[in-house]
Amino acid sequence: MSATGMTSQRIPVAIVVAVLVLVAIVVPLTGSFVILLATRALAFSILAMSLDILLGYTGLASLGQAAYLGVGAYLTAILAARYHIGLGWDFWLVVVLGMLLGAALAAFFGLFAIRATGVYFLMITLALGQCVWGLAYRWNSLTGGDNGINLGSRPRFGIDLADEVTFFYLVLGFFAVAMLSMYVLVRSPFGRSLVGIRERELRMKILGYNTWLHKYVAFVIAGGFGGLAGVLWAHTTGIVSPDTVVLTTSVDALLMVVLGGAGTLVGGALGAAIVIALREYLSTVVPWWQYVLGAVYVLTILYLPNGVMGIPALIRQRRAALGKRDASGLASASS
Amino acid sequence: MGAQFWLIQAFNGISYGALLFLVASGLSLIFGVMRIVNLAHGSYFLLGGYVALSVINTTGSWALALPVAALAIAVVGLLMERVFLRVLGFDPLRQVLLTVGFAFLFQQAALDIWGGNNMDINPPAALTQSVVVGGLHLPLYRVFMIAMAAAIGLALWLAMEKTRMGAAVRATVDDAQMARGIGIDTARISMLIFALGAFLAALGGVIGGAFLGVYPGLDFEILPLAFAVVIIGGMGSLTGAAIGALLVGLADNFGKALFPEVSYFTLYAPMVLILAVKPTGLFGRE
Repeated sequence: MSATGMTSQRIPVAIVVAVLVLVAIVVPLTGSFVILLATRALAFSILAMSLDILLGYTGLASLGQAAYLGVGAYLTAILAARYHIGLGWDFWLVVVLGMLLGAALAAFFGLFAIRATGVYFLMITLALGQCVWGLAYRWNSLTGGDNGINLGSRPRFGIDLADEVTFFYLVLGFFAVAMLSMYVLVRSPFGRSLVGIRERELRMKILGYNTWLHKYVAFVIAGGFGGLAGVLWAHTTGIVSPDTVVLTTSVDALLMVVLGGAGTLVGGALGAAIVIALREYLSTVVPWWQYVLGAVYVLTILYLPNGVMGIPALIRQRRAALGKRDASGLASASS
Repeated sequence: MGAQFWLIQAFNGISYGALLFLVASGLSLIFGVMRIVNLAHGSYFLLGGYVALSVINTTGSWALALPVAALAIAVVGLLMERVFLRVLGFDPLRQVLLTVGFAFLFQQAALDIWGGNNMDINPPAALTQSVVVGGLHLPLYRVFMIAMAAAIGLALWLAMEKTRMGAAVRATVDDAQMARGIGIDTARISMLIFALGAFLAALGGVIGGAFLGVYPGLDFEILPLAFAVVIIGGMGSLTGAAIGALLVGLADNFGKALFPEVSYFTLYAPMVLILAVKPTGLFGRE
């Protein structure tokens, strides 16, 4: 079982690595617009994958994940614009602080949210997200209110991140490390227990697992990665405003995960790439791009419950079903 | 800050609460009956306002715009439930996401049809005056809003408590499986409640259009407020929606007047606490 599990994982991992290498080679050769979009997609992917830990592996659908993106982004922006912190080597300090702040916020919010299940978890995470949005929107003296905060320049430490390609490689690096750590996490015994909780929490409780603690830890870890995504997002866009933490950003993250395929990690990244490509690129080509996006969502939910990553399995299933029908058809014809 | 200030703020809060009641009562019933978190509910509010603008532009009648917009959006809601949501079965996450997909589609459609400008719905001149009560100048329109919400609340309450249909709805809220077991057609009830919710939200959109305006983005601004009302009051309860709307309306007004920097926080933090302590809300049915 474990042996087949290993081999069945080896090919997908190889594909992911190959795609990442391809992205690293091809994207810098394209125009600056594509580089910018790819950087955005990679930064947002970290948030989407962190949400997948909750949604896909633990079965917790959070409608407030933008809060962690938001605190990471606002922290970066406030430190950079007010105190000129994080624009040199201390960028790495801000990265650590962003992750810690995201995790700390999740640790606080988790105390309220984790006990709730199903629809109530959706609602409480929505409310928590709105608390953060409300502060971002209204607390003018700290957050700049509706106008947000301009970061000015990107960090410079030996390398100059103002250069689009350099910055792209940095975000790609963060993305790869984040993805690898999350992959190790979900494949660990802890990750396995999370899946067990998703499948049947009561059984895990009876087996003696502290399911509350497992969910809480997963929530905090997801918050930490959300904070990291926020730090990168702030430098990617150059401006942090309440739009970063608004409800629709949380909804976007959720849709990306479902679109790509929940419980796959890669799905979140794929979903983020598709949505950002559709939104940012298509919107420059046609005015009715949002119909495409809306239709993609509706059709995915109706016909692809396992997202894009579920398509191969769906095709195999179809084929198997067809084969079976043919076989039974032959059998009934011969009898 | 004299008594005048407090009275005016309280009046404004109550009239805002009246508007929120229209949006939230339907959302609450939809949740109670179907356990669906309908993120397209704000879209009904916005679309209601837009349809009303079109009716006013073509016929010039504000009074006609109210029922036409509400009925048109009720049909939209009914179709959405009947054609798309029902086939999903009970799956909270997919239902939520499907309603978001529709919210995006509605957003784009509204932008295409009515453009991106901030528009206002002008009520009839008779409603734009103000009345003087005890030395306070109260805009008649806000009085009308309160009266309208009270009338609709009363009608809903009578329908829910005194009719056979209402009893069937309450039974479905309490235990849908049992309700089906004793022969209540819960699928039909879901469809009708969804249409009713859309109707009420659109009505709110028309009425609210006079002082909130009608503009892109309003849908996702009103939605979390409606959810705050539903959560604080208790999902599936009309009394809860009324009291929740009043509380949120007042909290919003006093929050913005007294401590603007944390005014939204003071609105959503109680929502979190109530969900954490008593997920069924203050007046929710156990």
